[in-house]
Amino acid sequence: MPEAMPHRAAIRDFLFGRLTLDSLPFLKPDLEGRIVLATLVVVAIVGVAILGLITKKRLWGYLWHEWFTSVDHKKLGIMYMILGTVMLLRGFSDAIMMRAQQAYAFGPQMGYLPPEHYDQIFTAHGAIMIFFVAMAYIVGLMNYVMPLQIGSRDVAFPFLNNLSFWFTFWGAILFMVSLFVGDFSTAGWLGYPPVSELQQGPGVDYYIWGLQLSGVGTLLTGVNFVTTILKMRAPGMTMMKMPVFTWTTLCTSGLIIATFPVLTATLLLLSLDRYLGTHFFTTGFGGNVMMYINLIWVWGHPEVYILILPIFGVYSEIVPTFSGKPLFGYSSMVYATVAIMILSYLVWLHHFFTMGSGADVNSFFSLTTMMISIPTGVKIFNWLFTMYRGRVHFTVPMLWTMGFLFTFTIGGMTGVMLSVAPADFLLHNSLFLIAHFHNVIIGGVVFGVFAAVNYWFPKAFGFRLDEFWGKASFWFWLVGFWVAFTPLYIMGLMGVTRRLSHFDNAALQPYFIVAAFGALLIALGILAFIIQIYVSILRRKAYAVGNDPWNGRTLEWSTSSPPPDYNFAFIPNIRARDAWTDMKKHGYRRPLEGFNPIHMPKNTAAGTIIGALSFACCFGLVWYIWWLAAAAFVGIIAAAIVHTFNYHRDFHIPVDEVHKFEHSGNWQVETLGAGA
Amino acid sequence: MPMTVKRLRGLLLSPLAVLAGCHLALLDPSGDVARQQSDVMIVTTVIIALIVVPVLIAIGVIAWRYRASSKKAHYDAEWDHSPQLELVVWAAPLLIIIAVGAISWIGTHQLDPYRPLDRVAQGQPVAAGTQPLEVDVVSLRWKWLFLYPQYGIATVNQLAAPVNVPIRFKLTSDAMMDAFSVPDLAGMVYTMPGMQTMLHAVINKPGQYPGFSANYSGAGFTDMRFTFEGMTQRDFDDWVAKAHAAGGTLDLQAYDLLRQPGRNAPVRSYASFEPDLYTRILNLCADPGQECKGQMMSPGASTAAAMQGMRDHPAHAGAGALVDAGKPVPAQAAAAH
Repeated sequence: MPEAMPHRAAIRDFLFGRLTLDSLPFLKPDLEGRIVLATLVVVAIVGVAILGLITKKRLWGYLWHEWFTSVDHKKLGIMYMILGTVMLLRGFSDAIMMRAQQAYAFGPQMGYLPPEHYDQIFTAHGAIMIFFVAMAYIVGLMNYVMPLQIGSRDVAFPFLNNLSFWFTFWGAILFMVSLFVGDFSTAGWLGYPPVSELQQGPGVDYYIWGLQLSGVGTLLTGVNFVTTILKMRAPGMTMMKMPVFTWTTLCTSGLIIATFPVLTATLLLLSLDRYLGTHFFTTGFGGNVMMYINLIWVWGHPEVYILILPIFGVYSEIVPTFSGKPLFGYSSMVYATVAIMILSYLVWLHHFFTMGSGADVNSFFSLTTMMISIPTGVKIFNWLFTMYRGRVHFTVPMLWTMGFLFTFTIGGMTGVMLSVAPADFLLHNSLFLIAHFHNVIIGGVVFGVFAAVNYWFPKAFGFRLDEFWGKASFWFWLVGFWVAFTPLYIMGLMGVTRRLSHFDNAALQPYFIVAAFGALLIALGILAFIIQIYVSILRRKAYAVGNDPWNGRTLEWSTSSPPPDYNFAFIPNIRARDAWTDMKKHGYRRPLEGFNPIHMPKNTAAGTIIGALSFACCFGLVWYIWWLAAAAFVGIIAAAIVHTFNYHRDFHIPVDEVHKFEHSGNWQVETLGAGA
Repeated sequence: MPMTVKRLRGLLLSPLAVLAGCHLALLDPSGDVARQQSDVMIVTTVIIALIVVPVLIAIGVIAWRYRASSKKAHYDAEWDHSPQLELVVWAAPLLIIIAVGAISWIGTHQLDPYRPLDRVAQGQPVAAGTQPLEVDVVSLRWKWLFLYPQYGIATVNQLAAPVNVPIRFKLTSDAMMDAFSVPDLAGMVYTMPGMQTMLHAVINKPGQYPGFSANYSGAGFTDMRFTFEGMTQRDFDDWVAKAHAAGGTLDLQAYDLLRQPGRNAPVRSYASFEPDLYTRILNLCADPGQECKGQMMSPGASTAAAMQGMRDHPAHAGAGALVDAGKPVPAQAAAAH
């Protein structure tokens, strides 16, 4: 029936858009297909095993009621940390593949990855590491710690918090799906046109919609945290009595609110170009790539400070705790944080001095960039003087902090080198640049995340992490980082540029082999971290701690480990900066009677449902499955409207329950490690 | 200052060169512009090191001195501020940044790639009346086209220049955004379609230097390499004569073939090229038989005229606003140069 064929094709196009069997890379017989197939098999086996285990242990109900629909900032924080860790494994796999390719592809040997595949890998590596590892980690930390530090029972908008998480989660899933269905963007982690405009197929669209989802999630988080900090602090906690981590959370959230809309708008313009044939960033018809590059960095530069500021906060909590001393120069620290926040808006052009903006413009942005190093330098000095005349305990969090101080200071130095415009004309886009930003992001953000995990894990779970594996992880990471990136610094000085998939100059090969070896050391560091978690869970009885294992200084250490759902049975009155130290000094006694019912938000499935629908909508948009996109979009609106009619959003924890918990939680007074 | 930089460079290079066993182009380049940029980099690095090195040492010393197990260290649980120290803490990095910032400001202006050279090497000013060598650069997918309007020749993936003669590059791109980069010659500059950027440079030592695109531009980006050759004037004249003798014409048809995406394009030359080829590429009207609306601008055309042309030719609307800023120059204004 020849006339039936077009009819059938039309139905197929309607149902599946541009999604066909050819879109499945693992069905292809080439090497790339086999790599994807092997990955798919591993993911499927692990996935089925996990799902099977959950089913067998009948945990679905527990997960749904206690975690997925939870609006508790602590549980959402933990889920963000798990998401970040899973995505770290993905992003790091990309890194290992890049290191292997570059160590191998010399002269006649073209390596195992064709450029089209290699380009997807470096794009995915960058985008995943920033959006779904670093962002997930810092949002997780802020979520867990900040409300506890300000003596609050939750964030200002608990449902919004849940919704933010699911947006981020489904954005990550969209990135992961691109591995097995279709392909991914080859346009680099920032999706510069013209590459991102010209690439056919779904790759760039996966990138756009994955980032749009997570971007909206992050923006809502920013709104949530600013409101929480401004409105929900414990009585007596004036702005200048807030813990520094809370200050940095406030500044980062402010940056998020100011800059993530720029990302959303920029990606929207890019998708208009791709979907509707507009010409915002094309070469012809009035478009201009320079506009995209400016806009994306107006978001992109503040973004790196969004990542590092809360981590500066982490170090500002850890150094005083393990030096047994208040933070040196608290006011300086606060002003430095605010100065960095403001300056971070004024430096974006330093990412493209070589575009030819002219000497005056370049000089201006060169100077503003250098100025950021002043408040950053102040912070380094303040941490130093906090240790001065202190009693420094080299616990695992403190080791990470020492590794940070050493590594980040050198990264800051190479950053100032890059900020000098004439030098940047030589160094721009070279491996020196790659080494620099890994130096500050690994040496700053990643080290800080591990410091924070080791520091607050006992608070979150009631037992501390294993020291031996923690130290092993630290040393592998620290040594691995320097082994992996020192060769990149040197090759940068030789003028070797980034994103190359093949080399002719055989003299470079030893450097890339050393760099690949460094990446393997880092892999051992990640492995040691996973073992550390596993071993600690096994020995959780032996490692059990009370509410204050480190002799902490801020409010989160005053409540049980793990804290109850309501965080604090009574909201304390704050009289001094290090509120918990102050309470301990004045002989604080935890009240054991006289409790009141505690007003709490109820769990809701709305966030889970809206998140899943938004994934369906974006998947439909990626593959031109318009009915799916439209139906899911209508579903999102409907679910949001239905949610507004849900009047059963809160409940009271009865006095009995509070009483019971306050008499049974982990409250021992004994302290580990940092006994003052 | 130059003497100090020389000594610093020696200090830096000797251990690094042993370690590297490789040419560290950024620390010891062969062109005067790159060398001055390198000087700025080295001097500013040393100034930053004045504060960074003591801090690195202090991190180790203070942490060890005040370790918890130490019996000698004085412990003061309350000491958390000192106005004098905080003044130092803000002032020290501020002073360093004032110094580095001043150097950066001066260097950025002196080494602006748009600024014609006033010297070819230290102590060797450009003689009055010297005509710079003009090269029009076009980045294609994924190869480099070099046009020599003064000689009428064109080359692909090979660039040559006589030593100690100022070179004036005008750069644009066919479709992608690349960066013209010869680390030994001068810092890189982006090439963008429909836009013109410029670079002034000079090579001081004869030799072959790697050149490449330093901005990712798609699948063939890795292979987008060329050789830059610094030659004596006589060798350069021979090289030009050879290109003339080898024949070949880069007319619009030939250009249309050349611009097709492809990897590993072989080195080749053309004895002549379509006279307004570069202008046509810049105006996005290089297709055979295509009419160029923007190229009719007369020299000295005003911004208003450029805006007028813009309305006729929407391809350059976005660039119009940049005419006053001057750089990167949109197509019409560049044509008017």
